[in-house]
Amino acid sequence: MDDPLVADASAGAPATLAEIRAGSYYDSVVLMQLQRALAALPGVLDAGVVMGTPANKELLVQNALLTEEVERAAPEDLILIVRAESAQAGNTALKRVDDLLSARRSQHSDAYRPKSLSSATRMIPEAEWVLVSLPGRYAAGVVRDALNLGKNVFLYSDNVSIEDEISLKESAASKGLMVMGPDCGTARVKGVGLGFANRVRQGKIGIVAASGTGLQAIMVGIHRLGGGISQAFGTGGRDLSAEIQARSAKQALAFLNDDPQTEQIVIVSKPPSASVAQRLLAEANACNKPVVVNFIGSRPTKGQQEGESCIRFARTLDETAEMAVGLTNSAESALDSGPGSRAPQGTGEPSRPVLIPGPHSFLRALYSGGTLAYEALYLLQDSLPSVRSNGLLEGGLTLDNPHRSQGHTVVDLGGDDFTVGRLHPMLDNDLRIRRLLQEAGDPETGLVLLDVVLGDGAHPDPASELAPAVEQAIALADEDGRSLPVVAVVIGTEEDPQGLGRQVEQLEAAGASVFTRHDEAVRAVRDAFVGREDGRKSRRSGPASSVEPGAEDSGSCSGFAAINVGLESFTDSLRAQGAEVVHVDWRPPAGGDDSLANLLSRLR
Amino acid sequence: MAINIDNANAAAVERIVEARPVLTGLGRALDLVPGMHENLLLHAGPPIAWEQASGPLRGALIGALIFEGRAADEDEAVRMIAGGEISLSPCHHHSAVGPMAGVISPSMAVYVVENQTHGNRAYSNLNEGYGKVLRYGAYSEEVQERLRWMHEVMAPVLAAAIESCSGLDIRALLAEALHMGDEGHNRNKAGSILYTKQLAPHIAKGAPDPATAAEVLEALGDNALSVLNPVMAACKAMADAGHEVEGSTVVTTMARNGTEFGIRVSGLGGRWFTSPCPQPVGLYFPGFSAEDGNPDIGDSTITETAGIGAFAMAAAPAIVTFVSGTPQDALNATMEMYEITAAEHTAFTIPQLDFRGTPVGIDLRAVVETGITPRVNTGIAHKEAGVGQIGAGLVRPPIELFTEALIAFAEEYGF
Repeated sequence: MDDPLVADASAGAPATLAEIRAGSYYDSVVLMQLQRALAALPGVLDAGVVMGTPANKELLVQNALLTEEVERAAPEDLILIVRAESAQAGNTALKRVDDLLSARRSQHSDAYRPKSLSSATRMIPEAEWVLVSLPGRYAAGVVRDALNLGKNVFLYSDNVSIEDEISLKESAASKGLMVMGPDCGTARVKGVGLGFANRVRQGKIGIVAASGTGLQAIMVGIHRLGGGISQAFGTGGRDLSAEIQARSAKQALAFLNDDPQTEQIVIVSKPPSASVAQRLLAEANACNKPVVVNFIGSRPTKGQQEGESCIRFARTLDETAEMAVGLTNSAESALDSGPGSRAPQGTGEPSRPVLIPGPHSFLRALYSGGTLAYEALYLLQDSLPSVRSNGLLEGGLTLDNPHRSQGHTVVDLGGDDFTVGRLHPMLDNDLRIRRLLQEAGDPETGLVLLDVVLGDGAHPDPASELAPAVEQAIALADEDGRSLPVVAVVIGTEEDPQGLGRQVEQLEAAGASVFTRHDEAVRAVRDAFVGREDGRKSRRSGPASSVEPGAEDSGSCSGFAAINVGLESFTDSLRAQGAEVVHVDWRPPAGGDDSLANLLSRLR
Repeated sequence: MAINIDNANAAAVERIVEARPVLTGLGRALDLVPGMHENLLLHAGPPIAWEQASGPLRGALIGALIFEGRAADEDEAVRMIAGGEISLSPCHHHSAVGPMAGVISPSMAVYVVENQTHGNRAYSNLNEGYGKVLRYGAYSEEVQERLRWMHEVMAPVLAAAIESCSGLDIRALLAEALHMGDEGHNRNKAGSILYTKQLAPHIAKGAPDPATAAEVLEALGDNALSVLNPVMAACKAMADAGHEVEGSTVVTTMARNGTEFGIRVSGLGGRWFTSPCPQPVGLYFPGFSAEDGNPDIGDSTITETAGIGAFAMAAAPAIVTFVSGTPQDALNATMEMYEITAAEHTAFTIPQLDFRGTPVGIDLRAVVETGITPRVNTGIAHKEAGVGQIGAGLVRPPIELFTEALIAFAEEYGF
């Protein structure tokens, strides 16, 4: 461990101090908590606790938290950096780091926490699933171990190579097992939500999803409409690509087709490779159950619509939910394509109408959910000129720098640009709050759109942090003589730990216009920019649900057991749902020493 | 190269677990211990020169020469050792083990433990009990007098009793003691009572007179560590059975000489890997603190090497207070050791873990991979010769030992 490196240490003057710890690994939740705790210490103005990846260093630059020493940090180095009122305050804060870390550790002194997958298996042999949310470079090895132990895998980690993904999925299939992911954010197995999952009714709709927040939005939509979920399998965002050949999706589809609990099947994905789509649709068509397909942002071809008898196509996530529940039958009637079109089964207007943004100002959509961001881009692209994003749409306009908005901007803060060695914005609001305030200070910002995704695994009360930031952002713009409309869309159910109602209330009180249907929120934003708000105002949607809710069993856990390697919040949320779970206290092999780890793999 | 480490380890551990150590006799070191000679003193841990020896080890070496009648006082003893007239050698090089300083001199009595499965033997000295004792480096007249009584009065009685009972199965005794709250290293209360009970009728029959029988029985019964030395010899006999299995990464020796911690690995023969000894973490007797403590010392880590001691901590919740813990911590200690061991013992089981076998056979690879080093329960010696035990606690060998050994293993076998 190096001594604190002082960048600007004249006594009494603000100083930025950093400490680099080589070869460290900590759960990203731990890093977030440490960052919070450091920032809360007396005399500390701002703090950063991140792994030294290029993306994280870029983030530190954005927040004026960078020293030359930090710039030299390697991706496996832990960066501790504080900006403080004085060098002394900064030093004192950095010296508290070990105390803060050990204080946390002592909270877990009770039951034994296994250090490896094999000892966890010994403790809970009935576990059929292993959840893996380690940093990408460690994930594949652990997944391989899990498959060798005969476990199915929910792989939340991203930054796993295509080669690894193919070999893991092939190996799983040869063993009759499934790998959901990499980059699989959510799933529902035997009534238990994995990863980021909402509390929804158990029911008859089975879902195959190559999209995390897309799956969440559909499940929430189905629940809102009175329907329920049998099983929901994530596949990882790349599963329907030409390289991966929908290996997981086909497995999941076959499972749902045979599953007696499932009566309807939903397939949702970003636009897949054409040949993969064709083969997957052929398999879907061979199912003896009705299938609703949403390839977000791609309109079905005539041939697809006419030729595939049991398949129907939906265009938005909420519409997918509607079609699955059986409320609408035609893809054509669902999407409003111009002024005056009807929004079916909406959730009503927000209590605060969306204000018209100022002239020559732009949309700044700050998403935590990748698929939601993608759907927003798709819904906006024909109406707003030149919407830029951080590489969400293939062939779309890209931001020069993902950390700086340009014109109309839709940015996915859960994308790889932002999450390497860092916590997802659904868990840690810090990044989004910083970005929100940055946008509020930009005179070109005309309207801010935020998604707030609830459920197990997500932040326990996101609105409690986001609402004050919204209020601050509005005030900041106001001081500058601008009005800043803020639109928020909350994806969740009343049964979620955060409570849909409580979240909506807090955000509304802060001055946001709040929606609970994503397509509706995006439409409202679009209308605000294209000046069609009058057409919208006359429209009042029908009741939220036309199916009697409560007809089906609400989600109850039927003996689900799992092993979790990585984020502790996943263990907590499984426990909260009544599942049996053993948490692995994982550390990098050989303390992160790569040459020793290589030697060990030769000695296996 | 067709080395299968997993198979080699399985073979090594199988030999350790299947070894059946039986206490078969007691006699003079010079007559029994291989390689022992008139000018040799054995000591605990890896090899060490007089110059590097810590206080307790120096005191014990001096005391042993006085006991032997070779030196009249400290100065003469130091001259003889420093001058090379007397050689030093690790107990482990002579199939022997000794607690703390572990000094065995030619005329000392040693237990003979025979592994009746594989035929190898191991040796250990007599346990002196608590207080001012040679193994903590004390060598005053009081200590000498006690040693003389043990050798002149107690040893012949014990030797006769052991012979009369025609062998005492230490593995069976340990298995029972683990079900009575012992872990076999820091807690040997139950085992010592079982030991005394088994010998008692033979002592009563064989002692020259009832007063001597009573004296010997009292000494055995009062000493909660009576059985420690036979247990250590038994563990040595078991660990040696698993030593020198080609291609095995199982650790077959862990020992400290008060200056260095040393390990040896089954597949790497006699080679020691050493590094400076850490200080134990634990509880100190009133009036003492960590500042008074000597770096860890003794061959008693042979118990952990053989799958008991700290590895069986779950069986001995009564002594978790040494590390200011809770009974749950005792369970967790054993659970943690499963992460680095190759097998579970078939003879030694833990009621608290649903009679799961104790973790046995430390796998070098697992230690390096997980960063979890073996736990060792230990007594803490005062750093000055002769003060004695000042506490008890936990120590872990430094990870570097295992990393170094692993690299050497990879070189040796061409990985």
